Amino acid sequence: MRSEPPRTEPQIAAVADPAAEQTAREVMMGLYARATRAELQAAVERFQPLPQLKKLRPAEAGLIMVQGRTGGDGAPFNLGEATVTRAAVQLAGGATGVSYLLGRDPAKAEAAAILDALWQDSALRLAVTDALTPVRRRLAVEAAIAAEETEATKVNFFTMARGED
Amino acid sequence: MYVAVKGGEAAIRNAHALLAKKRRGEESVPEIGLDQIAGQLSLAVDRVMAEGSLYDRELAALAIKQARGDLIEAIFLARAFRTTLPRFGASVPVDTGAMRIERRISATFKDLPGGQVLGPTFDYTHRLMDERLATKAEGAPSPLAGEGWGEGEEGREFGAVPTDGSHPSPPAPLPQGERGETPMPRVTDLLGGEGLIEPSPADDGTPPRDLTREPLSFPADRPLRLQALARGDEGFLLALGYSTQRGYARTHPFVGEIRFGTVEVSLPVEELGFAVPLGDISVTECQSVNQFKGSATEPPQFTRGYGLVFGQSERKAMSMALVDRALRFKELGEEKSAPAQDEEFVLSHCDNVQATGFVEHLKLPHYVDFQAELDLIRRMRAEAETAPGTEDMKEAAE
Repeated sequence: MRSEPPRTEPQIAAVADPAAEQTAREVMMGLYARATRAELQAAVERFQPLPQLKKLRPAEAGLIMVQGRTGGDGAPFNLGEATVTRAAVQLAGGATGVSYLLGRDPAKAEAAAILDALWQDSALRLAVTDALTPVRRRLAVEAAIAAEETEATKVNFFTMARGED
Repeated sequence: MYVAVKGGEAAIRNAHALLAKKRRGEESVPEIGLDQIAGQLSLAVDRVMAEGSLYDRELAALAIKQARGDLIEAIFLARAFRTTLPRFGASVPVDTGAMRIERRISATFKDLPGGQVLGPTFDYTHRLMDERLATKAEGAPSPLAGEGWGEGEEGREFGAVPTDGSHPSPPAPLPQGERGETPMPRVTDLLGGEGLIEPSPADDGTPPRDLTREPLSFPADRPLRLQALARGDEGFLLALGYSTQRGYARTHPFVGEIRFGTVEVSLPVEELGFAVPLGDISVTECQSVNQFKGSATEPPQFTRGYGLVFGQSERKAMSMALVDRALRFKELGEEKSAPAQDEEFVLSHCDNVQATGFVEHLKLPHYVDFQAELDLIRRMRAEAETAPGTEDMKEAAE
């Protein structure tokens, strides 16, 4: 894989207010969730040697109840469960990183928790964001291909003239 | 009555070894991998996830392999597995309006915002065996080549799908959750705008009852019914839905909309104070639009049935919507006339794990029960033979 040139994303780095910071963190968590284990581990590798880590919560698999809404937008109901893995780590003298991901992959959950902890260090935020660029790019390409394939199945109706006039 | 029966350990061990051998099949044939099952038998995987009520493609593939393709056995395995895991919480209800669409059709409106998107469907196939699949076929045709549905759109060229990660359309920075498309409005919202269709029941903040936490009891409210139907047996619900079409509690349904695609799942996490996005799951949704009655307080308006299932299964989602609508007869002031309306009948029998458990338990040893009945019938016959007036009865019977 070719290395990514360092990019500046000031709109994320300059985040100061807590609401925007939380939103930015959610976006990153959404990326970890959609990344592969290998992608996350490669991202963590960039930060070697890592600071001392304490596993507050070793990765553990569990379930969540996925809810839907009656009619799509009404009262909630329980659709069925999904497997989830979660982990929490604390960096020495630093933040607590937390991860919750669909599936059963302890190593992936741990990598995501480490990245979440690193991201909370404003000095590393840009670098973490940058380390996820390959994931962002892959997802965008896959989404574009899927959207194009789906779009190709859209029906174009022809109207036939019928009758006398 | 169950009686402990000792013995047979060696026979059972050998039976399980034989099962494992049969599962593996001819050894000169390569063993099937979970990735192959998940990738190439994906609708079987979807069914196991839906009725196993457990979204995990890899686990469902494993269950199918272990069950030798017996999907109800695989569903049983999924249900058993879930009991081994702790529950972390309940998701934010998924927003099907924000679905990343892979298929979306409406049978009620030809031209609707977002259009009719066929996606990967068996519809309009000729149901002829494709001999090419019997051999190791060369790659699948490109869905962008314009050879599929036969509209012959011209000038449609996409070129080769790049393998080096580059792509013609530049990957722009994506909004939150990486979903950039404009959401497709639900057909029910189009009708709802005019007030011609009943609105969805409002969310009053009550957590829905959960079948996995409390046994099914009646009356069951609509959220509980929907949970039972979402994990109910596809064949059973299909038959019940069909029965409503044939006149057993007719509801005059239209398919307002079917959509299939991925939705984001997020989990409110207390320690963080916000909902964490966990990734995407595939779901199929069906909105049925049914006939109206109106009442003293409500003007005539279309009524609705709802179906939502894990994975791609519109047969199941449609059946669910039909049965959901039939089960609402009381609320809509309709006569009770058919099995599909009877919630006790429907909900008590739609779970195939329960059903198979009770049906199949009949094959377990019932030696003592049967001995008791055998004794009883012998005694009755003996009594009948010695009783006075037996001769008369015999004559009468003849």
